[in-house]
Amino acid sequence: MDFQIIVDSFPKLLEGMALTIEITGLALIMGFALAVPLALLRLSPNPLVWPPVYAFVLFFRGTPLLVQIFLVYYGAGQFRPLLQEYGLWAYFREAYFCAVLTLTLNTAAYTTEIFRGAIQAVPHGEVEAARACGMSGWLLNRRIVLPKALRLALPAYSNEVVFLFQSTSLVSIITLMDLTGVARVIVARSFDVYEIYITAGLMYLAVTYGILGIFRQVEFRLSGHTRERPDGDATADPLKPFG
Amino acid sequence: MRKLSLAVAAVAAIGVLATSALAADMQKVRIGTEGAYPPFNYIDSDGKLVGFDIDIAKALCVAAKFDCEFVVQDWDGIIPGLIAKKYDAIIASMSITEERKEKVDFTGKYYSTPAKFVGAKSMKVDIPEGTDAGNKALAGKAIGVQRATIHENFLRDNFPDADIKVYATQDEANLDLANGRLDLVMADSMALKEGLLNTEDGKDFEFKGPDYNEPKWHGLGAGIAIRKGEDALRESLDKAIATIRADGTYQKINDKYFDFDVYGK
Repeated sequence: MDFQIIVDSFPKLLEGMALTIEITGLALIMGFALAVPLALLRLSPNPLVWPPVYAFVLFFRGTPLLVQIFLVYYGAGQFRPLLQEYGLWAYFREAYFCAVLTLTLNTAAYTTEIFRGAIQAVPHGEVEAARACGMSGWLLNRRIVLPKALRLALPAYSNEVVFLFQSTSLVSIITLMDLTGVARVIVARSFDVYEIYITAGLMYLAVTYGILGIFRQVEFRLSGHTRERPDGDATADPLKPFG
Repeated sequence: MRKLSLAVAAVAAIGVLATSALAADMQKVRIGTEGAYPPFNYIDSDGKLVGFDIDIAKALCVAAKFDCEFVVQDWDGIIPGLIAKKYDAIIASMSITEERKEKVDFTGKYYSTPAKFVGAKSMKVDIPEGTDAGNKALAGKAIGVQRATIHENFLRDNFPDADIKVYATQDEANLDLANGRLDLVMADSMALKEGLLNTEDGKDFEFKGPDYNEPKWHGLGAGIAIRKGEDALRESLDKAIATIRADGTYQKINDKYFDFDVYGK
């Protein structure tokens, strides 16, 4: 083991990690914003509404992310005249845009499926109770269904966040200098394969545990009503009726 | 009928025995190559591994009486793959450099050509001789280069003000040049000529600037890499290179691909 190379290249690896986190964050925020409405549309009984959403989810879950990245990045190049006509080439020219776009659509598809399942898992009784109180449509979704569904989706969604974070390592193949990209440049020069990839791997691991820690905190905060009261009154726990 | 098929089977069995006995006498050598660097080594439309490197490798195997087998490996893992014993020699247009010599041993060169830039014919760019002036002229230009090549190192050390983008294969860099994402690509001049300029996609592109052939980066030409300390294999390969140079085999392969002497000085 050559520890000097690890020390020397650490600042560069940190820069790469910054880009990795930035791309992950952007894709997550936009993917989430897409997934919530898409999940609701996916559950629409209207035959003009749900099939396109279903097709979108099927495509992005059914093809490898690597293929999707190649398709958006090199595929866009093939349609350059058309994209230029609509003024979109300025975006597609940038590897950064292509990477964030692909990852956003990919995570949106997976998250849509997670939310669809969670929405369907909202207990029927709670929906009926809300309807009995006169809530319907958007009000019902906003007050009852979505908050409950998001809470139910949290464990599965934290997995998706971790998967997405690790999937960003693929963007190095379209010239971006994320953590993997930086590591590959250093290895190409020094051939210190183990030292550099182990360091990069540990950095991914540390951030992954950070992400999981945040989700554990959020889950804990959102599940206060399901825990025993500090005074030990077990009957207050609706999920544990028999103490 | 049954007798006939028995006889056929017996003859076939003898044939198998004979060839395996023959093969047992020959040293088995696995050759790692990339398969994405035309015209030196690439996969043709039939899915076959072909090119100058491949023909040279086959000629060397005949000359050294090796039983050779090709292994295709992506470029940035090609030296780690050799060290990990996935194959015994790399014949993939690998330039002999000091940095690489720290990890692997090399035979003498089997060819040597300069590195050059390629850009669009419509793009006006004046790249002066000398890397300092060149760096100023190319500040901010997007230059594509294949990852883990001498050209990447040369660019990073001498053109630090350019926007250097690295690709897994030269094909991908060429594609992005054609797509207008890159202003220039840099690679071996022969690889660019055959792999880009002489193709349909390359008709709007041309060589830009001077030839680059700095021994510190571009090394001493392309050699065969083998694991450190395997001197017997290195000596056999060096002898085989001398043999095919002497008996005209090299010239024949040279003329099949190039209209000049690719061996260099």
